[in-house]
Amino acid sequence: MSEKTYLEALNLAIDEEMQRDPGVMIFGEDVGGVKGGVFGVTKGLAEKFGDERVFNTPLGESEIAGLATGLGLMGHHAIAEFQFADYILPAINQILSEATKMRYRTAGDWTAPIVMRAPYGGGVRGGFYHSQSTEKIFAGQPGLRVVTPSTVYDAKGMLKTAIRSEDPVLFYEHKKLYRSIKADISDADYTVPIDKANILQSGDDVTVIAYGMMLQYVLKATEELKDDISIEVVDLRSLYPLDKATIIEATKKTGKVLLVTEDPKEGSIMNNVSAVIAENALFDLDAPVQILAGPDSPSMPYAKDLEDAFLVNPEQVKAAIKDLAEF
Amino acid sequence: MKLKESRLSNEELIDAYKMVKEARMLDERLWQLNRIGKSTFNISGQGAEVGQVAMALAFEPKKDYFLPYYRDMAAVMVWGMNSKDILMGSLGKEDDPSSHGRQMPNHYGDKRYNIVSFSSTVTTQLPLATGVGLAMQVDKKDSIVLTATGEGSTAQGDFHEALNFAGVKKLPVVFVVENNGYAISTPNNEEFGVKKLSDRAPGYGIFGKHIDGHDFAETYLAFKEAVQHARNGEGASLIEMVVDRLTAHSSDDDQRVYRSEKEIAEMKKHDCVDIMEKQLVDEKILKESELEDIKNELANKINQATEDAEAMPNPTSDQLMTHIYEGGE
Repeated sequence: MSEKTYLEALNLAIDEEMQRDPGVMIFGEDVGGVKGGVFGVTKGLAEKFGDERVFNTPLGESEIAGLATGLGLMGHHAIAEFQFADYILPAINQILSEATKMRYRTAGDWTAPIVMRAPYGGGVRGGFYHSQSTEKIFAGQPGLRVVTPSTVYDAKGMLKTAIRSEDPVLFYEHKKLYRSIKADISDADYTVPIDKANILQSGDDVTVIAYGMMLQYVLKATEELKDDISIEVVDLRSLYPLDKATIIEATKKTGKVLLVTEDPKEGSIMNNVSAVIAENALFDLDAPVQILAGPDSPSMPYAKDLEDAFLVNPEQVKAAIKDLAEF
Repeated sequence: MKLKESRLSNEELIDAYKMVKEARMLDERLWQLNRIGKSTFNISGQGAEVGQVAMALAFEPKKDYFLPYYRDMAAVMVWGMNSKDILMGSLGKEDDPSSHGRQMPNHYGDKRYNIVSFSSTVTTQLPLATGVGLAMQVDKKDSIVLTATGEGSTAQGDFHEALNFAGVKKLPVVFVVENNGYAISTPNNEEFGVKKLSDRAPGYGIFGKHIDGHDFAETYLAFKEAVQHARNGEGASLIEMVVDRLTAHSSDDDQRVYRSEKEIAEMKKHDCVDIMEKQLVDEKILKESELEDIKNELANKINQATEDAEAMPNPTSDQLMTHIYEGGE
């Protein structure tokens, strides 16, 4: 065991997989050389594995995605980094028209076993274009996996699984978690499934489903309320496709569900979770499904008070759990 | 240029001609199948067959990789696909090697011959080609990569991003733009401001050449040069190959709406297949009667391929949900 941050766990996952599989390559804007990414996720990797496997790309996200897919066609488990999830937009055509559809449109003759990493989320004073949760754009695209780790343990284990996967995986990383959470994790070569939600805590009164920074708030609230409310906490992990079985089971267990996301509510991933519950567990509910989400405003503003007002905060999470328990 | 200036043997030139002619006759068959309702779509390379065959012959098909676009029937046939393969695609058959009946006709791909699947989102194949090229470089493989597109694609961002990256990494990729004058109905003068698209090559630090795709030898030699660059590690090339589009954009278009009768008639007067046939006779490589024999032989071949393809099974509805994710066969 050793203590790692979320960011260090990601770096370790890439490092271990590059040692294990010489076909793994990683690239993106400022990913190579001594810089190792604007957040430092790839720091030290170019030195260790050479400039051929760890390198900078020109500033062009569509090329980054297409390059990864082309390498994937040749059997390389390539890892592309988008500097911010906000900047993934120019690559959408490549991701959805090529990588996502390659296996299906050739009935498995050609595949794109690649990982596309994207730092997302707010709370870092990043303003409009360094704060967004763009994962919802990619939900509902069969062929593509959209996943995110929300704990240090999962950061390492899920990224290793994503790299080994034969499917294209969009790997969202919450940038606020990079250095704000630390944990003792195993030094062993472990993996974590990327297609299964995780029951982080078992409870009987209320079920709370979340991911990313919001999941940390949920865990904090759960700790503070532990003497009064028994809370089932579900880490969604796979944002698409959803692990419907776990969602339904966790709903039926308590009959009360709170969904938390920092993304604007309408069209968010949590709307899809809510639909799964409505379709499959309506008569097991003792209260309407509650969604605690960001406002339906275009993006997260820079000014501190505005950013704070946009973001769901720990007090709101706690209050929403209490309200639901009392319903 | 004379055919013989390609320095190919008479036998090689005759084989090349047979591929040109087969592609032309097969495409005519695809139009027939479309018009009698057996397929719902066709998009042709008529007017580009000579250029495409000359281009493809400069490579080592099957060993080299090819990322084609939808007009590249003649080129994918040089690479290894046969008439039956292509007919199965048009008829949406299970054994269609391009997509097993999943994509529209003419979206060529064939894993057996290193032909990478093509989507309809023109230009996305160029960044993919850079990935394939980089894999060849990193894996120290001797194979190189050819990717083709129409001139309409040169306005897309992916065109710039891919060529820029290929220039940075000196990738073994040959980019060909088959300029047939129109992006559906939009003519060249509304597509780009540069005189020759190949003039963009120096802007990316790569080799560029503008050629007439009606000229077999000129085309073959230009691609040989580009192939040599790629194999020698001297990097990528951009070849603008001027061809014609003898048919409408697709079976859902009518080019008489936006091209004058005179323009279409002029174009048909210099049909690349006719030019090559005349050269074969003039250079005493084939006699008129031999051309006729080849035509009859190919007609039988295509009739047989059509029968064979039509007899193949259609995909069944239980295949709808297969091959979505790993393990979902």
